[in-house]
Amino acid sequence: MDFDPVTLARIQFAFTVSFHIIFPAFTIGLSAFIATLELLWLKTGRDVYHRLARFWTKIFAVSFAMGVVSGIVLSYQFGTNWSRYAEFVGSVVAPLIGFEVLTAFFLEATFLGIMLFGWNRVPPWLHVLSCCVVAFGTFMSAFWILAANSWMQTPAGFELRDGLAYPLDWLKIIFNPSFHWRLPHMLLAAYLTTSLVVLSVGARYLLAGKFPEESRVMMVMGIGMLAIVGPVQAFVGDSHGLNTAHYQPAKIAAIEAHWDSKEPAPLVLFAWPDEKAEKNLYEISIPRGASLMITHSLDGLFPGLKDFAPQDRPPVLGPFFGFRAMVGVGVVMILLGWIGAWLIYRDEETITRWYLRICSWAWPLGFIAILSGWVVTEQGRQPWVVDGLLRTEDAMSPLAGWTVALTLVLFLIVYGIIFAAGIYFMNRLITRGPGGTLIEPPSTERPSRPLAAAHGEGQMTPGS
Amino acid sequence: MEWYLPVIWGVIIGVAVIMYVVLDGFDLGIGILFPFAKEERERDTMMNTVAPFWDGNETWLILGGGGLWVAFPKAYAVVMPALYLPVIIMLLALVFRGVAFEFRWVAMGSRRWWNAAFAGGSLVAAFSQGVILGGLVQGITVKNGAFAGGPLDWATPFAALCGIGVVLGYALLGATWLLIKTDGVVAERARAHAIPLLLAVMAMMAVVSLWTPIAFDRIATRWFSRPNIFFLAPVPIVTVLVALAVLHWLKSGREMLPFFGTVGLFVLGFLGLAISTFPYLVPPSLTVWQTAAAAPSQILMLFGVIFLLPVVLGYMAFVYWIFRGKVREGEGYH
Repeated sequence: MDFDPVTLARIQFAFTVSFHIIFPAFTIGLSAFIATLELLWLKTGRDVYHRLARFWTKIFAVSFAMGVVSGIVLSYQFGTNWSRYAEFVGSVVAPLIGFEVLTAFFLEATFLGIMLFGWNRVPPWLHVLSCCVVAFGTFMSAFWILAANSWMQTPAGFELRDGLAYPLDWLKIIFNPSFHWRLPHMLLAAYLTTSLVVLSVGARYLLAGKFPEESRVMMVMGIGMLAIVGPVQAFVGDSHGLNTAHYQPAKIAAIEAHWDSKEPAPLVLFAWPDEKAEKNLYEISIPRGASLMITHSLDGLFPGLKDFAPQDRPPVLGPFFGFRAMVGVGVVMILLGWIGAWLIYRDEETITRWYLRICSWAWPLGFIAILSGWVVTEQGRQPWVVDGLLRTEDAMSPLAGWTVALTLVLFLIVYGIIFAAGIYFMNRLITRGPGGTLIEPPSTERPSRPLAAAHGEGQMTPGS
Repeated sequence: MEWYLPVIWGVIIGVAVIMYVVLDGFDLGIGILFPFAKEERERDTMMNTVAPFWDGNETWLILGGGGLWVAFPKAYAVVMPALYLPVIIMLLALVFRGVAFEFRWVAMGSRRWWNAAFAGGSLVAAFSQGVILGGLVQGITVKNGAFAGGPLDWATPFAALCGIGVVLGYALLGATWLLIKTDGVVAERARAHAIPLLLAVMAMMAVVSLWTPIAFDRIATRWFSRPNIFFLAPVPIVTVLVALAVLHWLKSGREMLPFFGTVGLFVLGFLGLAISTFPYLVPPSLTVWQTAAAAPSQILMLFGVIFLLPVVLGYMAFVYWIFRGKVREGEGYH
C-alpha cells in the first residue's frame, strides 16, 4: 500500500493538536476559576467557595494531566514529523517555545504539586497563592505559544539567510502583527469555555435538586462571565477578523467563500462552496453583507479566491464551515448569558427549568467553538505552514510513509483510550459532586473546614 | 563568541538531560518497581512519594528537547526523524504512565488496569530512552545536513543493551528514592532490590565501556590516545569507588546516601558518554558548531536560562522541601 507521508503527517498533527488544545483551553479557564474561588474563600471565609475549589481541583487534576502528556508529544512532533519546518524556523520560533518552558511549564508543573497535595502541608494563603501561580503559568503558556503561532501567520522581525529564518528584532517577532488580537481571542475563548462547563454542571445539580448552595454560585458566576465576557469576545473576534483581512486576505476570502473581487461581497449564511467550479452552490446570502463587515462600506471590494493562483489558495470548506460554527456558538453563548442574567434579575430564588435544561447540555459548546476557530485559522493559512515563506508540503521530515501511518494508528488507539477514560472519570467526579469523600484525606473530619484549622495550626477564618 | 557559544549551549543541554534523567529517572523507577509491591496500600505509598513531583520532573524532558531545538535546530531536525519510532513510543508510554497518576485514584473497578499502565508505561519509556541514547551514540547517517538513513537504523543489539541498562538504572534510582521517602515493608523491599540492581547496573556500565571503544574507533581514540588517557582515567576509577560506597551504604542501612551515590553514578556515566562524543552532537558527522542556531537566538535564550533557571531551581527545591520527610501510609491525595 502506498502512503503519502505529508497527508498522513498532517492528519496526525491535526489529531494530536486538536486532542491537546481541549485540555489546556479547559485548564486555563479552570485554574483562573479555582484561583478566584480560593481568593473569595480567603476574603469571605464562606465554606461554599472552599468546597467548590476542592471539587473543581479534582477535575482540574485529571484534565491537567491529559494536557501535560499530550503537550509533551507536541513539543517533540515539531522535530519528528516536521524537521524541515523545525530547521527553517529554529532560530526564530524555538526560543519562544524555550521561554514557554522556562516561564510557564515549570511554574505550572511545580506549583501544581502544592495545589493538589498541599492542603495538609501549607497555610491557606500559600495554597491560594499556588493556585494563582498555576493560573498565571497557564496564561504565560498561552502567551508564548500564541506568539509562536501568530508569527507563523504573520511573520515579522526576521530576514532569510541561507534559506533559513534569521532573527532581527525580537520584539517584532513576539509582538507580530496578529498577536495582539489572537492572544486575547484565545484566552477569552478558554475562559468562556470553562464558564459554560461550570454553568452546565450547576444546572445539572439544580435540575437534580442537589447541592443548591454550590449550584447557585456556579450558575451566577457562569452566567456573569457569559453575559459580560461574551460580547467582549465578539468585539475581539471581529477585530481579529479585520486584522486577518489586512494580512491574510486569502484566508478571509475562504471564510466568506468570496470568489470574485470585482463585485461587492454578499454575507453568505449558507452555501456549499465548489472549489473546482469556483462558485457557491445552494447559496443563501445577504447582499453586500460581507463588504459591509470587512470594508465598512456597502460598495467595498476585497480580494476573492480567484485573485490567488490555485496552488496558493487555502481549502474553502474548513474555514467556511468552521467560521460559521464558531460564530454560531458565540451567539448562543451570549444569548445564554443575557437570558440567564435576566432570569436571575427577575427571580433570584428559582431559575426556570427549561433554561436549566438547555444549560445542562451546553457544556461542549465552548470546545466546539475553539476547535472550529483553530480549523479556520490553520486551514486558512494553507498551503503555507509559515505564511508566504514555507509550504506545508516542504516542511515534512524525511520519513518512510509506513512509519507515519504506524504512529498515526498508535496515536488514535492510545488517545482514544485516554480520552474515553478521562471523560468517564471527570463525569464520575462531577456526578459525585462537591463534598464527595472519595479522595478526601482520611485525617480530616469535615472536608469543608480549612485544613490548617483541623490541624490546630491556624484559625477557623483564614486570611487574618 | 562564534566558538564558545555553541560549547556553552552543549553544556546546558547536557545539564538539562542529566537533570531529566535523574529526576524523572527515580519516578519512572517507581513505576518499574510497581509490580513487585504485594499490596495496594504499598503501591499507594510508592506513588505518593513521587506524586507531587513527577510533573515538574518531566518538564526537564521538554527543556532538553526544546533546548536542543532552540540551540541546535539542525541537530534536532536530524535526530528526531532518525530516532522516530523510539521517540514516539517513548512519548506514548509517558502518556500512559502520566495519566495513570490521576486516573488511578478515581478509578475503582479499573484500578489494576491503571496500575498496569503506570508500570508498563514507565518500563517502556525507560527502555525507549536507553534505545534513543544508544541510537545516538552509535551514530546517525547524514547527507547534506539531513537524516539519510532508514527507519530502523537505530534497532541494534547495542541500542537494546542501552535500553536494558537504563531500565535497571532507573529501577535503582527508584529503589534508593524509596529508602529516603518510606519506611516499613516498602523500604525493606526497596533495600533488598537495590543491591542486585546496583550490581547489574555496574555490569551494564562495564559492558558499554568496553563495547563502545571496541566498536567505534573514534571513541577508542578519544579515551586511549595520549595524553587523554591520563586526564580521563579518573572517570572510571571514581565511578568504581562511588559504586563501592553505594554498596557499603546499602548494606549498612543508610537512608539518604544510597540515592545521592546513585545520582553520582548517573552523572559519571553521562560524563563518560559526553567525553566519548564531544564535540559531535550527532555522531559521527555533525558538531555543535555545525548545528548551532543563529547567534542572536543562542544569546537571547542564554539570558533566559541565566536569569530564569535559578528561579525555577529555587521553587522546585521549595516544593521538595514542603513535601520532605517520609510518606505516611494513607496520607493522601488532594
